Amino acid sequence: MSGREQILGTIRRSLKRDALSGAAREAAEARLRQHPVNIVPARAAGTPDERLRTFEHWATFNHATVARVAAAEVPQAVADYLTSNNLPARAVMAPDPALDRYDWGGRPLLELRRGLPLDADRVAITGALAGIAETGTLVLASGPAHPTSIHLLPETHVAVLREADVVGPMEEVFDRLRARYGEGVMPRTVCTVTGPSRTGDIEQQLELGAHGPRRLHILLVGD
Amino acid sequence: MQSTAHAFKANVGHALVDDNLQQSLAILKVGFSERRRQAAERLPEFEALRDRARDIKNHALAHLDFYLEAFEAKVTALGGHVHWAPTAADARAAVLDICRRAGARTVTKSKSMIAEEIALNDHLEAHGIEPVETDLGEYIIQLRREPPSHIIAPAVHLTKDQVADTFLEHHRKLGFDKRLTERNDLVAEARQVLRRRFLEADVGITGANFLVAETGSSMLVTNEGNADLTNTLPRVHVVIASIEKVIPTLEDAATLLRVLARSATGQESASYTTFNTGPRRPDDPDGPAEYHVVLLDNGRSSVLGTQMQDMLRCIRCGACMNHCPVYGAIGGHAYGWVYPGPIGAVLTPQLVGVEEAGNLPNASTFCGRCESVCPVRIPLPKLMRHWREREFERHLTPASVRQGLALWAFLARRPQLYRRATGIANRMLALFGRADGRYGWLPLARGWTRHRDFPAPQAGGTFHAQWKARGGARR
Repeated sequence: MSGREQILGTIRRSLKRDALSGAAREAAEARLRQHPVNIVPARAAGTPDERLRTFEHWATFNHATVARVAAAEVPQAVADYLTSNNLPARAVMAPDPALDRYDWGGRPLLELRRGLPLDADRVAITGALAGIAETGTLVLASGPAHPTSIHLLPETHVAVLREADVVGPMEEVFDRLRARYGEGVMPRTVCTVTGPSRTGDIEQQLELGAHGPRRLHILLVGD
Repeated sequence: MQSTAHAFKANVGHALVDDNLQQSLAILKVGFSERRRQAAERLPEFEALRDRARDIKNHALAHLDFYLEAFEAKVTALGGHVHWAPTAADARAAVLDICRRAGARTVTKSKSMIAEEIALNDHLEAHGIEPVETDLGEYIIQLRREPPSHIIAPAVHLTKDQVADTFLEHHRKLGFDKRLTERNDLVAEARQVLRRRFLEADVGITGANFLVAETGSSMLVTNEGNADLTNTLPRVHVVIASIEKVIPTLEDAATLLRVLARSATGQESASYTTFNTGPRRPDDPDGPAEYHVVLLDNGRSSVLGTQMQDMLRCIRCGACMNHCPVYGAIGGHAYGWVYPGPIGAVLTPQLVGVEEAGNLPNASTFCGRCESVCPVRIPLPKLMRHWREREFERHLTPASVRQGLALWAFLARRPQLYRRATGIANRMLALFGRADGRYGWLPLARGWTRHRDFPAPQAGGTFHAQWKARGGARR
């Protein structure tokens, strides 16, 4: 008997039934198909403006930094952030077409390379699929526009997030993923990032920058 | 790992006199519980979410075969592979086989309690494959060749100085020859050392916090980002997870996540919560070409439908041990196997046998704090009581305890005699020196008085006598 049959058989014997059938099976299938929402905290609700404030509050609470800028100011805001943190004006940028709408050429001192990150890269610039107001979380989906390693290897991650992409709770991200990829379909990796990498493994004291970025800076871009 | 749960009492004896351990536990006892309390207060829906989390896990367990098959179908459709492992040996063999096919020399690992449960590292090493733990705590204890002492903070028993000594000993050969004294320097050095290991690994092995049947996703929650590097950089990603990790939908995952981080570390959310679904797609710039999920049973399927089923709801947050006065006094290693604290006292007898681990469910004051903080409301004291009953039935309880219980039962059924006997005992205790209010030594009570004083009876006689004197028996 295969391991599969053995495990499923024991489960069914323990539950004192055969494989699900009839109404019980239909109910379980319907749950997968309809994926009902459970309890959504009230803090995730609100007008678009309140959502942005909620996002900013919780992102900051979780040790990210947030700056609200207009689209035309994005390259300048990146350059200023790097300068104020004594970082080189050099970064690897995700090959995300959504980042093409910003006038990077207007900042010739900012040296950008598009594509996969190298271990030596100190700064990464990426877009984001969404922001979750409830926890101040960024949502980063893998795909041609976003190699997963780009928001993990460099010590500093600057994410460009459009205000229109800030949703209330995590459940709204799932709706967006289903709309974009299809029902029950996910890209290889959906990473939800709340603040910079951290560890409490030495005497339970918080230290930032364990394996991923030490700094996470979010540019919240109005249209 | 080899259990030493049978030697619990000796383990406790060592733990209570270990100064480094006691220093670390002193931090733990206030830190985790205070942060959890604050996080729960910040979210008015927290208690309702705990109820819902419990219901989701109960539903998943009642339909476990259905959701596992649905999960498998999704993973397979994406070109991933699901391996069903009834036993720990089956799971070890499946992982080793994947590593061999990949020609792996080193594998990176992100913290997995299932890997500890099946003793995966020893198995890989015995077959010439080097496992490298990448969670900082897990890395530290791997260097020291120690088991984890906490399910989410594996090195919580160590002080900064001990970590500094360990790093100096092991990193010297890599060119780091200075003994560090600051925490951030220790973290930075580990980052440098492990970054090389991440980049050279052939296979990445992770656990899973949840498996989502709707999408075939395995989910990982970490703060360091090590799990993400582990599942992205190597050519092969292996997920090892026990069968009860499966839940129906992404929405159910969202609910469970809201109680997980808050219960574990008191965070609003962990830094990284990642949904991994299958191998890299044709147009993905990075990610593993192969994706495997090893599903471990190891006796769990036969717990379903029994009085003990509630233990399978556990989402491994560690809140029960963070709030346990026994864990807070002895730490995790004394429990002798993979899972310490109240959940360990319930799981270990199930997984390694009540003969081996019967001491653990007895190591409880039944204060109930574990149940009061459990995010999925597992009735831990009830389950521990169940194991005590099984132990008693099987005549595994020590003779002294059985005789003591028999004597107590004899007296309890004879109220007159009981009152007289306790009255005499009370006066006898008084003779030994009521003046101090406590005893540093008592006959037949050395097990207690060796480590702490025994409180002396207060003036006024036995509880029964005082109750009567205050008119308590009258309505």
